[in-house]
Amino acid sequence: MNDFLNSIDYLMLLKAFIIGGVLCILAQILIDKTKLTPARILVLYVTCGCILGGLGIYKYLVDFAGCGATVPLTGFGYTLSKGVIDEVRSLGLLGAFTGGIKTTAAGITAAIFFGYIAALVSKPKMKKQ
Amino acid sequence: MPINSNKEYQNYVDKKSPNSPIFKNCFNAFWVGGLICVIGQLIFDYCIYRGFSKDLASSLVSISLIFISAFLTALNLFNRIGKFAGAGSLIPITGFANSIISPAMEYKSEGYVMGVGTKMFTVAGPVLVYGISTSVIVGIIYLIFNTQAILLV
Amino acid sequence: MAKYFDVCLEDEFFGENSWEKAESKMIKTAVETVLKKSKLSVSDINFLFSGDLLNQCISTSFGIRDFEIPFLGIFGACSTFVEGILLGAFLLDSGAVDNIITSTSSHFCSAEKQFRFPLELGNQRPPTAQWTVTGSAATVLSRNGNGPFVTHVTPGKIVDKGIKDANNMGSAMAPAAADTILTHLKDTNRKPSYYDAIVTGDLGYVGKDIIVDLCSSEGINIASNYDDCGVLIFDKNAQDTHSGGSGCGCCGTVFSGYFFNKLRNKEIKKMLLVATGALMNSTSSQQGETIPGIAHAISIEL
Repeated sequence: MNDFLNSIDYLMLLKAFIIGGVLCILAQILIDKTKLTPARILVLYVTCGCILGGLGIYKYLVDFAGCGATVPLTGFGYTLSKGVIDEVRSLGLLGAFTGGIKTTAAGITAAIFFGYIAALVSKPKMKKQ
Repeated sequence: MPINSNKEYQNYVDKKSPNSPIFKNCFNAFWVGGLICVIGQLIFDYCIYRGFSKDLASSLVSISLIFISAFLTALNLFNRIGKFAGAGSLIPITGFANSIISPAMEYKSEGYVMGVGTKMFTVAGPVLVYGISTSVIVGIIYLIFNTQAILLV
Repeated sequence: MAKYFDVCLEDEFFGENSWEKAESKMIKTAVETVLKKSKLSVSDINFLFSGDLLNQCISTSFGIRDFEIPFLGIFGACSTFVEGILLGAFLLDSGAVDNIITSTSSHFCSAEKQFRFPLELGNQRPPTAQWTVTGSAATVLSRNGNGPFVTHVTPGKIVDKGIKDANNMGSAMAPAAADTILTHLKDTNRKPSYYDAIVTGDLGYVGKDIIVDLCSSEGINIASNYDDCGVLIFDKNAQDTHSGGSGCGCCGTVFSGYFFNKLRNKEIKKMLLVATGALMNSTSSQQGETIPGIAHAISIEL
């Protein structure tokens, strides 16, 4: 465990914290100022991440901030575009249809599966003050 | 007095309505969002330390964060975090997971197939539709302009 | 506020397995309670006017299906409570019937589910948002009795000032309420000071502010004896309900609990009750439609 603690790049953690936080602030400003619903914000972030990923710009942010760039939903978009581009390189046109889901399969499947389990075991409760 | 036209009334209402406490909201969004990313980074580092590849580590980060989100949602805690942090818990992958899990729980009373199964994507569905569609377009454009010029890397 | 109500619930499911069933049970309990308190039996009741917020008024229909009372379903969004009394008063005045029950209900969870987001979704409510009251109210209107009496009714017109934000219902409904109050005062030739209390249904803090302004711009000052059920029902600081309460149950419970009690004790003798409603649904707001407001007024005097 000590080895692991020593191996952590603390500067990277700080960068992840700041970039991740800033991406959230941008969304918060959008929510408060424009009254966009959460679903629209998420769509906007994924689409932006995907386009920036396709243009090759988002990669610099990922190299710089690690999970600070991949954990926010723009990172999900980036992963989609990365998968598509890799597959297009090896498979051609078919890759445009297979690449995206392939790289994001883990996230999507986990969300569906855990969501189903959560619905099995738990009931929604009224927000208590 | 702003009763004359709809536009005047709208302006008057905007002036009358209290604004969201945007600085407080942004601050909370910043540190909660940042913290979630740090947790992700720690999981990532641990996976690398255990000798996993980068791609595998990324997937494991997603799965772990989604699991945490599902766990908190099932304990009826996530909405409290969300109320406090706003975009701070919405924008990381935890928010995406929460937006799939919460309708699944909500519509349990309509049954497991037509309720849970159908309504699971009422909030997150558009994210997948737009994300995947954009990625296909990105792929096709990349295929057409398969040069280093379009891909800056 | 709790001490004025006949039944208080600790559990939003009310022992049922869904919120919709809980809401039906609430309305059933309200009707049973009002029958008990008025010492009337089901056979004494000629009509039942009732409605709620859910699609096709299902909580009402399921809640009262076991009573054998001729039923007329009504919908006026959050103004349903007064709409029922208003129609009932007309029918009684015609002399055709003796006793009428009116009732209404709303439930926070079922309303959120239908109109907004899943309960467990971690989103923030803007400060103008209102909190749907989980509650149900029922009244008995009777041709015989010693008051309080419904003396005047003013059905409202739809007023739409172009508000689209479903998180700001108070301001969408305030112009309708102002219109109804002004019409009522003009028709009856009364001044606001004639009433001990002028009470609106669920404008909340934002709407309350606006209606006072709107009326004063027409030269009518209602500020001194005016209040709003949405403001009264919750404790803003302790309950974090943002702009106050809303829903059919809001006006219904606050009137039948709090104000009816005051009328009984002769603390207030003349009141104007104006229930406000936002006539929209989730489809209309997704299609970018504005929110038409409506308000019905009844004056209740001893």
